Amino acid sequence: MPDTSVADRETAAATPAPRPKRGMPTWLPGFLLVLPSIILIGVFIYYLIVKNFLTSLTNRNSNNLNLKVHFIGFDNYTRLANDSTYVHAWWNLLVLTVAFIIGTMVFGVLWALLLEKGPKFEGIFRSVYLFPMAISFIAASVAWKWLLNPQTGPNAIGLNQLFQLVGLDSLQNAWFSSNSKFNMVAMALPAVWQLSGYIMALFLAGFRGIPDDQREAARMDGASEFKIYRYVLFPQLSPVALSALIIIGHMSMKMFDLIYALAGATSYVAGVPATMLWAQLSTYKYGLAGANSTIILVVVAIFVIPYLIYTRRSEKKAGS
Amino acid sequence: MTTSTVDAIPVIPGQTNANTPKPGGGRATSARIVKYVLLFIFLVIVLIPAYVMIVTSFKPGAEISASRSWQLPINWTGQGWSKAWDTLKAPMGRSLAIASVAAIISSMLGSMNGFVFAKWRFPGSNMVFTLFLFGMFLPYPAIMIPLQQLLINDIGLSQGVVTLMVVHTIFGIPICSLIFRNYYATAVPNEILEAARVDGAGMWKTYTSIVLPVSIPGFVVTLIWQFTSAWNDFLFALFLSNSTNGPATYALQQLSGGQNPDYASSMAGALISSLPTLVIYIVLGRYFISGMMSGSVK
Repeated sequence: MPDTSVADRETAAATPAPRPKRGMPTWLPGFLLVLPSIILIGVFIYYLIVKNFLTSLTNRNSNNLNLKVHFIGFDNYTRLANDSTYVHAWWNLLVLTVAFIIGTMVFGVLWALLLEKGPKFEGIFRSVYLFPMAISFIAASVAWKWLLNPQTGPNAIGLNQLFQLVGLDSLQNAWFSSNSKFNMVAMALPAVWQLSGYIMALFLAGFRGIPDDQREAARMDGASEFKIYRYVLFPQLSPVALSALIIIGHMSMKMFDLIYALAGATSYVAGVPATMLWAQLSTYKYGLAGANSTIILVVVAIFVIPYLIYTRRSEKKAGS
Repeated sequence: MTTSTVDAIPVIPGQTNANTPKPGGGRATSARIVKYVLLFIFLVIVLIPAYVMIVTSFKPGAEISASRSWQLPINWTGQGWSKAWDTLKAPMGRSLAIASVAAIISSMLGSMNGFVFAKWRFPGSNMVFTLFLFGMFLPYPAIMIPLQQLLINDIGLSQGVVTLMVVHTIFGIPICSLIFRNYYATAVPNEILEAARVDGAGMWKTYTSIVLPVSIPGFVVTLIWQFTSAWNDFLFALFLSNSTNGPATYALQQLSGGQNPDYASSMAGALISSLPTLVIYIVLGRYFISGMMSGSVK
């Protein structure tokens, strides 16, 4: 299913070009053209990662200028591991990520299935499902802060009041406040609202990338619509599902704006490692912050690096 | 999915009529009705936050009470809007400057890089490209603190617009390079490059006279994408600007944060600050989606 065109052309483009007579290899100008970007990425991504890691090994945990900075090994990491707030923040992030992934996948796939055969007004439905993606988390959270107001009963506003108005009182809950049973699952709601349309678009493009004759052939063989989806279409969409998973997963790891805006930077009930960073920075705990962010980075890398290798490989394979 | 999400610019291709089920039999019809009902219900659910924002933004303070919060305003007022506009107009100007500059420079760098990665490779360029791609997935909070030290303390920039232009430009390079690489891989046939080479055209000549003129669709995608992400950013703004020089998201967070925010002006502010990206989305939707899809790497 992967489109082979890129890989094909790539192999062709990679054929060694004839060297011009006067010494300079043909590839050199290309390298020079990319060089400024290589330097910028090298400094602003890779150097910062290293610098951050080195800071995490030191005792720079105050803004006292007389502090003698020295290496303390992995003490900051053990301190974090023994800090129940930090462990709780990772638990929050895990719950948020799982809820975020399941929510966007369920709605994204469902919407794609509903729209896949091009119903009337498809353009309108599609545009509306997608529009939250154009809005910033900060703007969206203005509405969600009100919608997810934890007040229940006669003084309720937001969704809790809406539940009362439509007779679903039992759905009222405290959302992400300290006495809520949902907490981070509720926090995932605005994120699901914003990104389900994105997953829908990915799957919709996936469905439509599958040639029609495959369905026709299956239909000729007497396969039911359900079986066509189950055995013909879905198996071909696993690369789409993988992309969707990685995108949503890494967005969840980056999630900061939404939690900052909805719960504040120092919330324990809704705190995640990224918001704890902000708190660590404002108290000049650079060593701890370095350790915290190194951990975040490693967790993301564990998922993203194999994914990048996998996509590069399958691209190459498609070319051979 | 496809390797070339960008060049397939109507990204979600239109429906071919081959697999439209023939309307026949009661079962098919009721299935269709169920489908439209579901589509409509989801439409309403997705629009709820928008409804809340619009309705609340036109209410006078006294009407934002619990009992009437889901209803239309009795006395429509633009007070919330004018207060929000006063607060946000200067920060929105700053957002506009930041997002435009970042979008233009990252797109230009991305175009050059994409050309090299796709068509003028050097030894190790695949490795470099993969290292760039990781930058797309970098959890920005993880480098925020050394970034702040590097820009403010070491390089000596001050907080505010210029610093934000710099960071958005740099962190936009990976995705712009990816978009252009995938675009050029299919939009520029090797035969033409070969012909140019035979005619003695060097790399720069090839790039400016053959590749750049066909780059407009790629630029539309990267400009929109970069503009939107820079406009919507809050994390960098929080770490690298303050209330006197921050962008719209920062000002909006200040307007709407706190324990007892003025709901009417907060919601009006959220709408005002979302207008530019919403307009882009509505007018140039398919390019917007196209940029979005390229995030799936392949």
